[in-house]
Amino acid sequence: MNTKRVRFVQGNEACALGAIDAGCNFFGGYPISPSSEIAEQLSALLPRHEGKFIQMEDEIGAMGAVIGAALAGAKSMTATSGPGFSLKQENLGMACMAEVPCVIVNVMRGGPSTGAPTSPAQADVLQARWGTHGDHPIIVTAPTTVQEIYHESIRAFNLAERFRNPVVLLLDEINGHMREKIELCDPAEIELWHRPKPPVDKNWERPYERNEEGVPLIPNFGTGSRFHVTGLDHGLTGFPTGDPKIRQALHHALIAKIEDNRPLILKNEAYMVDDAESLIIAYGSTARSARRAADILRKEGRKVGLFRPLTLFPTPEEDILRAAAGKKLIVVPEMNLGQYVLVLRRILGRDIPIIQVNRTDGDPITPDQIIAAVQGR
Amino acid sequence: MPSKVYNYAEYLRIQYIPHIWCPGCGHGIVLKAILRAIERLQLDKNKIAFVSGIGCSSRAVGYVDFNTLHTTHGRALAFATGIKLTRPDMHVILVSGDGDATAIGGNHFIHACRRNIDMTLIVFNNYIYGMTGGQYSPTTPQHSFATTAPYGNVEPPFDICNLAAAAGATYVARSTAFHATQLDKFIEKGIQNPGFSVIEALSQCPTYYGRKNRLRTPIDNLMWQKDSTVSVAKSKNMSAEELSGKILTGELVNTSRPEYTHLYDELIEQVRGLPESEEI
Repeated sequence: MNTKRVRFVQGNEACALGAIDAGCNFFGGYPISPSSEIAEQLSALLPRHEGKFIQMEDEIGAMGAVIGAALAGAKSMTATSGPGFSLKQENLGMACMAEVPCVIVNVMRGGPSTGAPTSPAQADVLQARWGTHGDHPIIVTAPTTVQEIYHESIRAFNLAERFRNPVVLLLDEINGHMREKIELCDPAEIELWHRPKPPVDKNWERPYERNEEGVPLIPNFGTGSRFHVTGLDHGLTGFPTGDPKIRQALHHALIAKIEDNRPLILKNEAYMVDDAESLIIAYGSTARSARRAADILRKEGRKVGLFRPLTLFPTPEEDILRAAAGKKLIVVPEMNLGQYVLVLRRILGRDIPIIQVNRTDGDPITPDQIIAAVQGR
Repeated sequence: MPSKVYNYAEYLRIQYIPHIWCPGCGHGIVLKAILRAIERLQLDKNKIAFVSGIGCSSRAVGYVDFNTLHTTHGRALAFATGIKLTRPDMHVILVSGDGDATAIGGNHFIHACRRNIDMTLIVFNNYIYGMTGGQYSPTTPQHSFATTAPYGNVEPPFDICNLAAAAGATYVARSTAFHATQLDKFIEKGIQNPGFSVIEALSQCPTYYGRKNRLRTPIDNLMWQKDSTVSVAKSKNMSAEELSGKILTGELVNTSRPEYTHLYDELIEQVRGLPESEEI
């Protein structure tokens, strides 16, 4: 262990450190609990690394600035929480449509509305998938530990760049504020992905032509190719079009870009799953209680495993089906009233009983609650 | 001296012309004034980011041969702020309408003025939401008519230039489609100003505003612009009574104040490379 790179930090700080190690050089934000430490850290770190930090006049403006910076070449991010995430949705959709790489952190708190600003929740999971209007592609990832937040923060930038798509990093008030010991990567050893380059340096006229991964070859602004970016339906040149064939092709290409690259995007953990009779499926900080519950039940002789998707969307359907095959019971704890379980029910059907453990009172789901559900109490 | 011949085609994406604006619309006149200013300044087209929001005026970005960005309604200044901070060497020029800039985008408008970030915003003020069919905007005069003000507008209007001046813009000027050759001079000076510049360009919408307010023809509208405005210079010799109901044209603010991206670059110079161990 390189002790120089060991830190004892909050999840929010780890997120900021991961961003810096991923090469983030622009942050546009607006203060909101429980995410503000990310902005505070980056306001200090970015100018040291010749990056730019700006606190915008509102959440909407922050998301706009993030997109503008990304189009000009920056590795760009913002961080917010529920109410701010709602405000960002229109511009988030613009980033999906215009295929602008960026990272949006949502440190989830209780909702709806102002809800519970400093209490944890996981109630924005489906909003992260479907929050902006229209069919759109999105990548959503939900790390569990502080160490994992650091790594997922780096991975979020890599995914955003490679696929030119917004990536939503879902933390929550628990793992955002929790302090844990983490080891940072050696910067020289971090693999960084970059947005694909157009085939020519100048005068590239087809910014929305795609590479073999389905990702458009959009130059950065100010580099010698004068092109158009719009939230309107557009063709390969980037200009608006009313041609039904071109519009349909665009919408399919947007979705295919993420769905067809799922092997490069998906990440999950199967813990004591193979011989398990009961399976807990949990993500984010709730997976900490789930893991503890599985360990306790194993000691008592019950065959219990944990499947933990980090990438919630695109959905790891095959991995979920594999993990659930032959199980007698699935238990899904979430700090909401049942959101990701809707996705799981669609994938798993009615053959295996699925028990929900839900809580939205601002307290975390405990291992005991999960144990009780597994035991059928 | 013979008047300069401008090569508009050099700055237009001719393949996307004809434009979508209605016959008699003033927006083409304002866009040409912008292009004249750009040609006179001999700006490198590759270094221009031309950014807009949503509305009739915002469609201008599709017709010009720069780095063009058509954003969401009201948010052009926010997107542009991200571009300018990332590439302070680029010329960032924005076009917006009265609704886009001062209703849905009002917050970004005042804060861009406050920051004094080196960008130039041209507000095409035609007193109406044209794209959506003629609803009243924050600049629609009180008592005039719109499709959502069938009995006359109840609300008092904003004065865009006063708003910009109060919020801290360092160059603020107003002209009209009628005074097109004056307009391009203000735009030129706005682009040259190393700070945030707002140029309000009164434009005409015969299709909606004019039809609802007894200004049916484009000429009626242009003559209204001529008759309703008074230059700042001339206004100094006019009584309050004579000035009542008149709109001031000319340079209303021309001052200097530290520019935002310069200030941020100075900050970077101070803290660049500080070790992580150095207390934050």
